[in-house]
Amino acid sequence: MAHAITAKNVWKLFGPKPEQYLANMQGRPSYEKIQADGYIAGVKDVTIEVEHGEMLVIMGLSGSGKSTLVRCLSRLHDITGGSINVDGQDIMSLSEKELIELRRSKMGMVFQSFGLLPHRTVLDNVAFPLEMRGQDRHDRRERALEVIKLVGLEGREEYFPRELSGGQQQRVGIARSLAIEPDIWFLDEPFSALDPLIRREMQDEFLRLQEILGKTIVFITHDFDEALRLADRIAVMKDGSVEQCDTPDQIVLNPATEYVRKFTEEIDKARVVTAAAIMQPHTMPSSESPVAAQATLRELAKTLVNDSREVIPVQAEDGTIVGQLQRQVALDVLFGAD
Amino acid sequence: MSATQDLEYRTTKSSISNAQIALLLVIAAVVLACLKPWLPAWLIRVPVEAIPPYEGWLDALFNFIKDDLGLIHLTRALSDALENVLDVTANLLYGRRRWPNIGPIPWSAVAAVVAVLAYYLGGWRLAALAAFTCIWTASIGQWDLAMQTMSVLVVAAPIAILTGLIFGILAWRYRTFDKALRPVLSVLQTLPFFTYLLPAVIFFKVGPTAGAVATIVFAIPPMILMTTLGLRKVPEEIIEAGKMCGSTKWQMLFRVQLPSARTEILVGVNQVIMLCLAMVVLTAFIGMPGLGAKLLAMMGSFKIGRSFEIGITIVLLAIMLDRMSKAWVYKQPIHFQRGAPWWRKHQFALLGFALFVVFILLSELFPILSEVTRKQSLSQGKEIDKAIKSFLAIDGIRAVTEWLRWFLNVWVLIPFRNALLWIPTSAFILVIMAFGWWLAGKREALIAGLFFAIIASTGWWDRAVITLYTVISAVTLATLIGIPLGILASRSPRWAERTLLACDTAQTFPSFIYLIPAIMLFGVNDVAVVFSILIFATVPLTRYTIEGLRTVPAEITEASDMSGANKKQKLSFVQLPLALPTMAVGFNQAINFAFFMVIIAAFIGTQDLGQELQRTLAGTDLGKNFVLGMDVALMALSFDIIVRKWTETRKKALGLD
Repeated sequence: MAHAITAKNVWKLFGPKPEQYLANMQGRPSYEKIQADGYIAGVKDVTIEVEHGEMLVIMGLSGSGKSTLVRCLSRLHDITGGSINVDGQDIMSLSEKELIELRRSKMGMVFQSFGLLPHRTVLDNVAFPLEMRGQDRHDRRERALEVIKLVGLEGREEYFPRELSGGQQQRVGIARSLAIEPDIWFLDEPFSALDPLIRREMQDEFLRLQEILGKTIVFITHDFDEALRLADRIAVMKDGSVEQCDTPDQIVLNPATEYVRKFTEEIDKARVVTAAAIMQPHTMPSSESPVAAQATLRELAKTLVNDSREVIPVQAEDGTIVGQLQRQVALDVLFGAD
Repeated sequence: MSATQDLEYRTTKSSISNAQIALLLVIAAVVLACLKPWLPAWLIRVPVEAIPPYEGWLDALFNFIKDDLGLIHLTRALSDALENVLDVTANLLYGRRRWPNIGPIPWSAVAAVVAVLAYYLGGWRLAALAAFTCIWTASIGQWDLAMQTMSVLVVAAPIAILTGLIFGILAWRYRTFDKALRPVLSVLQTLPFFTYLLPAVIFFKVGPTAGAVATIVFAIPPMILMTTLGLRKVPEEIIEAGKMCGSTKWQMLFRVQLPSARTEILVGVNQVIMLCLAMVVLTAFIGMPGLGAKLLAMMGSFKIGRSFEIGITIVLLAIMLDRMSKAWVYKQPIHFQRGAPWWRKHQFALLGFALFVVFILLSELFPILSEVTRKQSLSQGKEIDKAIKSFLAIDGIRAVTEWLRWFLNVWVLIPFRNALLWIPTSAFILVIMAFGWWLAGKREALIAGLFFAIIASTGWWDRAVITLYTVISAVTLATLIGIPLGILASRSPRWAERTLLACDTAQTFPSFIYLIPAIMLFGVNDVAVVFSILIFATVPLTRYTIEGLRTVPAEITEASDMSGANKKQKLSFVQLPLALPTMAVGFNQAINFAFFMVIIAAFIGTQDLGQELQRTLAGTDLGKNFVLGMDVALMALSFDIIVRKWTETRKKALGLD
């Protein structure tokens, strides 16, 4: 089956004549070289795939091109070079009408500063995409109420955005993006504008929703902790290009570049790395008192310290033994010894 | 970023600074002036035989457009349509005998509806203001006059708003249209109002129709600008959200962008309404009946008391319209509880309608609720007249006004005017260019020089110089009063607040009003002209001084406090330099206001362009009318371009934006 999204050698250049510049480009110029030529490389030769039902988190500091990339994927920006396929359809070849149709049926997007329409009530904001595709008033009201309930804003349908807190406003943004039941869900730093406490709460809420909905998600954040918490895979971006795209524990254990390693330095690896990530093939005879493969080393800390065995069996969710853990290796990660 | 750095680098590198060039130009001008007796005549004034017959050309052009292109048929058709609408409002509001022949609506019923609308928009205080305004107008016996004015306003304002909105959307959508429109708008905004009147009379019939057309054209520019501004300011994310929701271009415009630009658009609506009121009053000069015509007649026959009363009515109407339309800007939609009954959702409309009916019925029983007759009215014209005249006749006061009049006339105004008139045209233009070069730069200096050269070539140089002299004298005096006043007021936040409110209120008054105190105090002469401009121009100066001082970041004033600056040092070394760009905006506005007012003040009796302009209104001399108007506009534009450029550069240099 095709990937949900396939991006191949995507370029997005800002400047006077980007297409021409890209066509005449020699080799692989650096970000600084491109800038010296009068262009900004918003997205620089990015190749990335997103699986159905997967949550890909794009992580990077401000100006790294992550927001630009997601806008290319949703074709809010037209790309300068490369190709983007969504469900096997080349989105750059879509006409205006087809693009609108795609957005009306398959895509939803949540914005950092919510992007709510100030003159519409919660209900009308959520029903907006349904109104755009011409659904009748009764249907759209019903569907909007359903999604509003899903995000926990029941009873506030008639409020205006300014009457809501930031967290509630973003719930409206989420509800709106879900109203058309999209297959692909883009979230552009949805929680960055919120207080740390609310952010945490919204992340939990978001995980709960994803549990129910199982969408294909592209999630943008500048917060590495958030990325680790939510992601199936993380793509770390810098200066428009993807430095590394991998699972959270691989990023923490085997950073591909110096830049990625710097990010992981501050992170308590034991909170991210699971037993499965560092286990070896099962060779030991005993399978007594195994540890769970999905448990993080932090969760296993007590066992690891108290258990006196050199190797400990690892058990998958279905109860089979899938590997073994070198206790010393695990303890090294746990205590941060390199 | 790097571009501006480059620019600054380049300007500092150039060998002669702008100020030095300006100085050279001034020296050249002084030399020319000193050599006046030996100068060839064409350097002193443009000789009559060299003046191109602009007026004839323009007349020919207008005639060509009017008759040969047949524009007159189009405008006459338009004016017929407009007249029909105006007839309806005239019938409803003051009972002119026209279709639908049901008016006039009793004043009390109109008052009730206005009060309910005010309550809906802004609560009890606004409702009280609206009710008071209506009751005052009716009881002083000016309801019919006010309704004559309003009957044009209620037609002109919506048309201006709608047209402005459409042009604004087009300008926002198409860059080339915007670029073409901008210079036209700035000329339109600086053209004296009298220049609008004559073409309106010629192309659209005399009376309310021409008045409405001139008013509409004059009021459109701010609506266009505010619409474009509002649409540009819609956050990118909201537009992206609209796109991701799958909206088409039209859906985007009408359901996302226009509603999100609501605030700016409504600010534009407020400006249109206020401009319309000011202009409708001024259409008295082409014989439009209403408050303006009455005021004109009363001032003409020096009936100060009645003028005063009409002035109060106009001011009250202005304040009411301004507050109500501003309240609309800030009015946020409120939500109803789910399942609220329909009458609750429409309670204000229902209440308004109910009161309307009740008062119509009541006025059948009590005629005074329908019309206040002359005998019943509370007008105290003669008594006020006497009171004011006897107050002014008090020795002390008379001594002050007479001394002021004598001093200003003999020692300031007349010598200044004669000096300006004595300067050769060529030297004058050099001084203007020097001013532009010093404040703005080469481009602005050349434009200003060109503009003044054009004025010289139209043959109205002396008149133009008199206009300019009046403006300069008034603005200089206004600066001397307005800026210290602003500085003084901003010493305490409370006073700053109050003064700002007073300034804002004063700015809503139709300009015509400012003639009343001037005539009252100084009679009919140059001093009165300067005085009326002076009060009109002081308002923006004070306002922007306070505004500028207030926007100095708290951190910077705190830093200067901690550096041990005393109040005076803080003001002159920290606050004023930072406030200067904002104050310059006020200065610019003051100059524009002054050019506007000086033309209206022709009514008092001047010898400048305004006087000539006003004379053309009586005839059909469209070419001359237009040339005179352009002369005023070119002068106003020159100053506008120079001061604006200076403000821009200064703001950039200070990093304020």
